[in-house]
Amino acid sequence: MTAPDLADPPVFAEPWQAEAFALTVHLHAAGAFSWTEWADALSREIEATEADGLPDDGGRYYEHWLAALERLVTARGLAAPQALAARKHAWAKAYRHTPHGQPVTLAAGAG
Amino acid sequence: MALRVKALQSLLVEKGLVDPAALDAIIDTYEHKVGPRNGARVVARAWTDAAYLARLRQDATAAIAELGYGGRQGEHMVAVENTPETHNLVVCTLCSCYPWSVLGLPPVWYKSSPYRSRAVIDPRGVMAEFGLVVPEDVEVRVWDSTAEIRYLVIPQRPAGTEGWSEDALASLVSRDSMIGVAFAGASGAGS
Repeated sequence: MTAPDLADPPVFAEPWQAEAFALTVHLHAAGAFSWTEWADALSREIEATEADGLPDDGGRYYEHWLAALERLVTARGLAAPQALAARKHAWAKAYRHTPHGQPVTLAAGAG
Repeated sequence: MALRVKALQSLLVEKGLVDPAALDAIIDTYEHKVGPRNGARVVARAWTDAAYLARLRQDATAAIAELGYGGRQGEHMVAVENTPETHNLVVCTLCSCYPWSVLGLPPVWYKSSPYRSRAVIDPRGVMAEFGLVVPEDVEVRVWDSTAEIRYLVIPQRPAGTEGWSEDALASLVSRDSMIGVAFAGASGAGS
């Protein structure tokens, strides 16, 4: 008997990959975009990277995934690019202001 | 990357566009519940039940749903059967379209540039890298998945398995054999 799939690496290498994946599946299920539109957006990200002469061994896949999701979400007006940038900044600040070992919350970076 | 996802997620949650509990459920499903065991059950059923195989040929989406496996992306499933004359190989040349409901999420190599670009132009060379040598007199067909159509390879049933139970047969069916880079029952093939 073989158990060929047991030795496979985890489905997601890091938690953010799982979160980005779930966001896409969820937004699609909620009708924010069709799966064809999603596949087009993802293909474009991958194609752009490869056109720059950067072949991917598959390890950067979720970077493409996240870039495609940001693009689609802002293109659809689900979130404004400025709001997204501001929120990224706020989270970065919160991480810097949170004592080691404490959960990070946005309030930690406020003020 | 983590910060970018957090920013996106928290904005969408605030706007009521995303439910955090639903995100957790999705992650749990794809980490723990959906995987190649589903596809192996489909293959084992097709090997042992001629009527099921006929339904699978006619309407794979419906036949797979009979076993409780349904896609969320509204994709159309097509089962491609390996025979003594034909071997099938599946790729997504543009991104990573893959039959999630029966195989889970794709392995890293399936998403890599070399596999996506070479599977169509040099399928035998690609398969050889997985240790799979398909005889020259067997025709190799390559199927390019899309957002709308996903393919499941039905590998050939290994010889000497007459009378085996569905469970025992399913254990011979690896993920790689359902993509087409391995034969069923070939232990250790193409990990």
